[in-house]
Amino acid sequence: MKTVTLSASIVALLSGTAVSAQTPLSMWYHGAGNVVESEIINGIVSDFNASQSDYVVSLESFPQGAYNDSVIAAALAGNLPDIMDVDGPVMPNWAWAGYMQPLLIDEDVIADFLPGTKGYYNDQLYSVGFWDAAVALVTRQSILDELGLRTPTLDDPWTGDEFNAALEAAKQSGNYEYAINLGMADAGEWYPYAFSPFLQSFGGDIIDRETYQTAEGVLNGDEAMAFGEWWQGLFEAGYAPGTSQDPADLDTGFTDGRFAFSWTGNWMALNTLLAFEDTLFLPAPDFGHGPKIGAASWQFGVSATSDHPEGASAFIEFALQDEYLAAFSDGIGLIPATPTAAEMTQYYSEGAPMAVFFDLSAAQGTLRPVTPGYVVAAKVFEKALADIANGADVADTLDAAVDEIDTDIQRNNGYN
Amino acid sequence: MMATISPDNSGLRLAVRYTVLSLIAVIFLFPLVFMVVSSFKPDAQLLADTASLRAFLPVGDISLDNYAAAFARAPVGLFVFNSVLVTGVTVLLSLFVCSLAAFSFVFLRWRGRKLLLAIIVATLIVPFETIAIPLLLIAANLPWIGLDGFQIGWLNTYRVQIIPWIADGLTIFLFVQYFKDLPGELIEAARVEGASSWTIYRRIVMPLAGPVLATAAILKFLIMYNQYLWPLMVVQQESYRPVMVGLQYFFQLNRAWGEIMAYLSMITVPVLAFYLYMQRAFIASIASTGVKG
Repeated sequence: MKTVTLSASIVALLSGTAVSAQTPLSMWYHGAGNVVESEIINGIVSDFNASQSDYVVSLESFPQGAYNDSVIAAALAGNLPDIMDVDGPVMPNWAWAGYMQPLLIDEDVIADFLPGTKGYYNDQLYSVGFWDAAVALVTRQSILDELGLRTPTLDDPWTGDEFNAALEAAKQSGNYEYAINLGMADAGEWYPYAFSPFLQSFGGDIIDRETYQTAEGVLNGDEAMAFGEWWQGLFEAGYAPGTSQDPADLDTGFTDGRFAFSWTGNWMALNTLLAFEDTLFLPAPDFGHGPKIGAASWQFGVSATSDHPEGASAFIEFALQDEYLAAFSDGIGLIPATPTAAEMTQYYSEGAPMAVFFDLSAAQGTLRPVTPGYVVAAKVFEKALADIANGADVADTLDAAVDEIDTDIQRNNGYN
Repeated sequence: MMATISPDNSGLRLAVRYTVLSLIAVIFLFPLVFMVVSSFKPDAQLLADTASLRAFLPVGDISLDNYAAAFARAPVGLFVFNSVLVTGVTVLLSLFVCSLAAFSFVFLRWRGRKLLLAIIVATLIVPFETIAIPLLLIAANLPWIGLDGFQIGWLNTYRVQIIPWIADGLTIFLFVQYFKDLPGELIEAARVEGASSWTIYRRIVMPLAGPVLATAAILKFLIMYNQYLWPLMVVQQESYRPVMVGLQYFFQLNRAWGEIMAYLSMITVPVLAFYLYMQRAFIASIASTGVKG
């Protein structure tokens, strides 16, 4: 909102009072409601404002569930802030839509950052994350021993057959309600984030990354069909609860002993560690094209309408200090972006209980398709997976998903 | 053979009626009871209790911790204040503006009133989502003169949450239907006595409009108090956020269900209080007009 305060201006002119030389920068962040996160981000803003005299950043926090819609509405209304954060896979869409501009930071600063924390689109850096998130196969050493299973490692993960055999062993033991908690009750971005790496490990993908112009052949090819049949088999065999899973399972299903395995994120790891001393975080299984997990979490960028991209970029560069990366990690349990920051943290330093997630992220992290069309493709993929889990014909469902994704790409002129 | 109820078994009839009504009431009350009871339980117990009737009983580890945590997580009082303010002002202005419009449609004679009323009623089938973006663009560029001087843009204000919602087809339609049923002789008598249209509206029509005022107020209150999409689009500052957008503060990666229930319990209080206050007139209105709330 443009406010013309004539009286204040006239008073300032007449009195000769120097108006503050600091340029105001507005910043939006998705962490409202997270007390710890808010404290840390407010601390960084305060530190930046105190560290220099050119800019003063003011922070406005939004609840995560309302953030993306608020940004889109603000973009339409021409009301975007200078600095904003963006979920990694959404960034290409916002850059393509003209909401964001490339960052003006020295890329040497982020040389040792985890790959998933760097938001490149069209070979330009648009966003950088303070952290990454990773998914692991959570279980207990005692469960592996009970089921007679070997412990997979990053260098020697389970094959797809070993993974399937582990699920069958858990089912046959009769000690668990289900073999694995896939988090099916957590609809939304969880589906493409957590499950598309399985598809990629089979050799398929959501979109053809060679051209980003079609999903034909990658989402309905032989590899994708094999993935779809396997995915449906998980539910037909009763290894995992389907889409009607009790949401309470997400929080307490594994710790209550109803599952032998849990496919879940590092943000849930601490609860499990507190519950069981012999908790294990295992790498993703390899279905033939390498073990893969999702990468890229929330990142910071500069809006396209910012009149002060240098100042906005200066803030982001300032915030990329290891001490802040470590503070976020200690505060909310996410993986710090750099090895040096990891060493400063409680959970990710060498030998610390969740250090394996840093290695998992570095070794197996796979970006979701870096295209503006991902936003739509992800929703189509989510629905297809839910339908297949509920018994829909695999080939028909994947073909329909391909048609829907391709139609969206065509409607948007290839997102070029 | 069909059973008959005679005066002899009127006691039985009452018992059956009250039993059925009580069962229906319990079914409708279950969600509210679950919400309030759960707001006093720690998450682990809350989730464990969902598998049994304990979910509806204040048993186990009961405390006010969830309420304290909810206040620590979000400015609950501010959100409730914002919603009550926006809702209250909108309801009052809406009752005034829409009843005036309906008065004009029913009691004044002017060219095109039937066509205009038909157009207004037709807006009932237009979902808000279809006009949200044009409305946003208009709101973002509207001028305003206030205490801060001349401004362009209504975003991040109370007025942007109030003014677009004052007049609506449903409220006007409710008033029109009610006014049509008022005895025409009253209006004619007033006119013969020389009363102006404003006097007729203020002294004769509105004093008779209690039931429809209650119905329109309750419906408008619910619509406004439950606003989510519009404030999400036009408010980017916490200081103007209403309760429904505030609810999102509680949906973090690790969901604190007890806090969510505590927050929901708190924001339900104004709705229940308003409904209970207007209940008698609301029921009278339904009984007399057949309007369903």
